[in-house]
Amino acid sequence: MKKLIIVDSGCANLNSIYKASRAAGLNPFISDDSREIYDAGAIIFPGVGSFDHAIEVIKQKELIEPLCKAIKDDKPFLGICLGMQLLFSGSEESLVSNIKIKGLELIAGKAVRFPNNLPVPHVGWNQVEPVYNHPLFAGLTGSEYFYFTHSYYVSPASDYNVLAKTEYGLTFTSAVVKDSLIGVQFHPEKSGPAGLRLLANFGKIIADQ
Amino acid sequence: MLAKRIIPCLDVRDGRVVKGTRFINLKDAGDPVERASFYNKEGADEIVFLDITASVEGRRAILDVIRKTAEVVFIPLTVGGGIDNTDFMQELLQCGADKISLNTAALKNPSLIRSGADRFGSQCIVTAVDACRLKDQPADKPRWEVYSHGGRQPTGRDVLEWVMEAEQLGAGEILLTSMDADGTQDGYDIELLAAVTTSVNIPVIASGGAGKLEHLYEALTRGGAHAVLAASILHYGTFSITEIKKYLSSKGLPVRPIAGKDDYDLREEF
Repeated sequence: MKKLIIVDSGCANLNSIYKASRAAGLNPFISDDSREIYDAGAIIFPGVGSFDHAIEVIKQKELIEPLCKAIKDDKPFLGICLGMQLLFSGSEESLVSNIKIKGLELIAGKAVRFPNNLPVPHVGWNQVEPVYNHPLFAGLTGSEYFYFTHSYYVSPASDYNVLAKTEYGLTFTSAVVKDSLIGVQFHPEKSGPAGLRLLANFGKIIADQ
Repeated sequence: MLAKRIIPCLDVRDGRVVKGTRFINLKDAGDPVERASFYNKEGADEIVFLDITASVEGRRAILDVIRKTAEVVFIPLTVGGGIDNTDFMQELLQCGADKISLNTAALKNPSLIRSGADRFGSQCIVTAVDACRLKDQPADKPRWEVYSHGGRQPTGRDVLEWVMEAEQLGAGEILLTSMDADGTQDGYDIELLAAVTTSVNIPVIASGGAGKLEHLYEALTRGGAHAVLAASILHYGTFSITEIKKYLSSKGLPVRPIAGKDDYDLREEF
């Protein structure tokens, strides 16, 4: 059985992800030890808070290299919320604080802020529509509601990386994919039965690889 | 489309759910984890725990409630009541809370909203506002005053100014309770709701006054609310969440369909 690590990026929702993953039948371990991440068979990378702060934390914990290595080695990888945004080249959130901080640059594109004519943050349950069949959404009808809470969304440079879309004043990318790397903007750990099913599907992706 | 949220509110005292009228005649209403689990199965979109404990032991009890609820309920949990520093917020979040609701402490020290938002993100910080309509105002220019300490102390602050300040400080949501409507079951104060929802650009949760299904609909349409909080009508069984969602859906509002526990078989294919 491949070891699944939930990366401790210093954010508060680690336990929620741990408990939901367990309820979905996965057997994860929480760690911020770079050696354990190098040895992991699969990774869940959560994140809440600000882009710059999160990048600083994973830099200090020396996690950037092991995370990039896991993705290069094609290990199943699930980025959640900010954990997905960090995989991109950068974020408009960095411009707010006048520091230009790069993301991990694993997917081309950046995180952009919702326009000001919409209530921001985008908070609540919204529908996620996969743009093609992917095992992450197996057993779901394609119109389930998932829980979102965010002010920035990702804009991939290539449509090829878009896995699912959601409407909120505009159509934005709510899930991305690049080989074994998956990212979701919503919180499966807080999305009731549909969220647990999605986490169980990630477990199956790990088992099948 | 973004669904309108239905949020049961549980008053928790020393680790038990209580219900009463205006903070008096409190009666035991069961175990908070069981209640939360019940509402979760019924299709609640979020759970709010309001800690009305006065004692230090009771403060520890709310941590335990959050921890146990987070084991069995996988929807967002919000906690409010007596939270006045970011270290306690951190403890609550680590136990499984997703959002922190600030009220009296933020009125005393508005920078608490900013320090919470800086440390945990705006999505984590809800500002709860208890609003009371000022008398002797021109009918076309109503004004509301903010009250603190569970609606017991007038603060002299104007509600619209305070919600805009809270937004500037980094609040991610406003939980707006009309003290005039609260407990009456005569409907939400729609004027107040509309005034607040047009003044801020963050989601507003309507609270106080729900008695009929039409009231919820009005709050979500004319009032412009993103979510409705309800206590009495749910605790006393006037309506179930299923009934509320069916009604709102029949009126054309987007709601998250009610999910039963057997909706997705997690053991399938394993």
